[in-house]
Amino acid sequence: MAKPFLSIERLTQQFPDGAGGTLTVFENSTFGVEKGEFVCILGHSGCGKSTIMNILAGLAEPTSGVVKMDGMHVSGPSLDRGVVFQNYSLLPWLSALKNVTFGVAARHKDWSKKQVEDHARQYLAMVGLEGDVVHRKPSQLSGGMRQRVSIARAFANQPKLLLLDEPFGALDALTRGTIQDELIKVWSQTEQTVFMITHDIDEAILLADRILLMTNGPFARVAESVEITIPRPRNRTEIVEHPNYYAIRNHLVQFLGQRSLELAGQKSDQDDQSPQSVVIDKTKDDTDPEPAPALQAVVNE
Amino acid sequence: MFANLDARSTLLSVAIFVVGLLIWHAATHVPDTGPIGVQLSQEQRDTLLAANMSGEDIDTYAAEGVAYAQLEQIANLGLSRAMIEAAGGIRALGISVPDENSAPAPGSLFPSPALIGKELWATITDPFYVNGTNDMGFGIQMGYSLLRVVIGYTLAAAVAIPLGFLIGMSPLFFRALDPYIQVLKPISPLAWMPIALFTIGDSELSSLFVIFICSLWPMLTNTAFGVANVRSDWVNVARTHELGSMRTALTVILPAAAPTIITGMRISIGIAWLVIVAAEMLVGGTGIGYVVWNEWNGLRLDRMIVAILFIGVVGMLLDAAFARLQRAVAYSE
Repeated sequence: MAKPFLSIERLTQQFPDGAGGTLTVFENSTFGVEKGEFVCILGHSGCGKSTIMNILAGLAEPTSGVVKMDGMHVSGPSLDRGVVFQNYSLLPWLSALKNVTFGVAARHKDWSKKQVEDHARQYLAMVGLEGDVVHRKPSQLSGGMRQRVSIARAFANQPKLLLLDEPFGALDALTRGTIQDELIKVWSQTEQTVFMITHDIDEAILLADRILLMTNGPFARVAESVEITIPRPRNRTEIVEHPNYYAIRNHLVQFLGQRSLELAGQKSDQDDQSPQSVVIDKTKDDTDPEPAPALQAVVNE
Repeated sequence: MFANLDARSTLLSVAIFVVGLLIWHAATHVPDTGPIGVQLSQEQRDTLLAANMSGEDIDTYAAEGVAYAQLEQIANLGLSRAMIEAAGGIRALGISVPDENSAPAPGSLFPSPALIGKELWATITDPFYVNGTNDMGFGIQMGYSLLRVVIGYTLAAAVAIPLGFLIGMSPLFFRALDPYIQVLKPISPLAWMPIALFTIGDSELSSLFVIFICSLWPMLTNTAFGVANVRSDWVNVARTHELGSMRTALTVILPAAAPTIITGMRISIGIAWLVIVAAEMLVGGTGIGYVVWNEWNGLRLDRMIVAILFIGVVGMLLDAAFARLQRAVAYSE
């Protein structure tokens, strides 16, 4: 089987637990992300989502295991992997525009000032920031606008992989909705590979091609990989009408509410602990000769 | 009526100033002590003689109409005739001695506000005269002091800021250098003076060294603190954009730490200005600190007070300049 674009192999992270022992956050986690895919990872606090994100970004080193992108070993941060941090991480002494050109200039060292600025403005416009507002400092922008700038900065660099660490966690529900729509718009224009951490089930269903579910830590693992069988383009008001929506949502709620705890610390059947693939598709139920793997998975455990 | 805070505070400031002047005036005003040739009682003479003033002195000054109270003040200060005359005679004391046109005009030894005002005006209107090594305009003397501060302070900044970056960015250097900083920092600037005078020899270089060494620490510790406490998120932004350590230092860490660094520089310039006055008093020669000491020795209290006033004003201006710089680099998160 061909290796996926991004492949995470037997990743283990241990920290000292403060009492002389070690705390294993996750062990032998293995999963892959295909090129152009939008993958969300869902799990409770403390299961190591952010640690995985930091390892993918190259900001942290795993205890063991490897991350490969395009067949190349990932070590250290790189412009090929853009990051949108949860707290925006805009440089407060720079204007919104300068925050984006900061990244673009780092990416394209040979570009002229004008090229850099035009490129930055184009991506700011994609997230709805145009006109005088781009000259404001982050402190003069609302939380939603700040995150838009942060998203524009990441997309403007056209990284091979975009990592989003709970980008909408600090936003109110209405703003979150608007920016989710903008994220989808930008993503569909750029065909970027996206890996995103979220706490929000509905957000994950709306955005993702596939959702990875993590069990609770310690010894957390990516237990399931749920395909979102709702065709794009998706729209937040319309997807709830789709027959698969509540089936998938219920499965996710069930997992996070109950099975993430039951499965905590258990090893999967396979040695490498790669996630169980789950496809829930009500539209094909009648024609599908085999029962849905999701149901099988539940029965097996 | 005075809803505006600015107007009210200005009014209060002016009121305090006026009240202060009145108190000063009242304290330095000595009532008329009588006609020329006041006779001293035997008891008064004995007091003055006990206070080391010779009999001829007493006779001479008393005959010139100097009030007994003033003679006693002079005597209590332990000033001999020679010292008074070296300081330019009794007129130089700021005591008006009667001549054929004026009535006896006694006053306290401490100059009155009016006298200071006159001297202040004279200084402002002619700040750059040179009448010899010991008599130069305050503008020139202030220039000497400022030049020393600028040189010593600039050298200190050139050392403290790069070194602070190193200490702030490297836990190794922080731990290694911290004990030295902690011991050297609290040493009084004047305690460095003898060491400097002995090792460097030259008094001019010694005062520069003292300015250097005492403005070093606030800049060093503040730079190190500011650099060490730059939010890791911002450093991560630099890392994910593959910025080299030099570019990270200049484009992320420097602007992020700038407010803390400038605060350190502001504290340092204040200390440097405090120290230059003391250093110049010790090494002498030129500078506004020397002026204060020189005028004190000559008992020109009026000129001394004007010099002190200028020290305050220049110190305030230096501080204001750095406050402005501080606002320029400030950012809000």
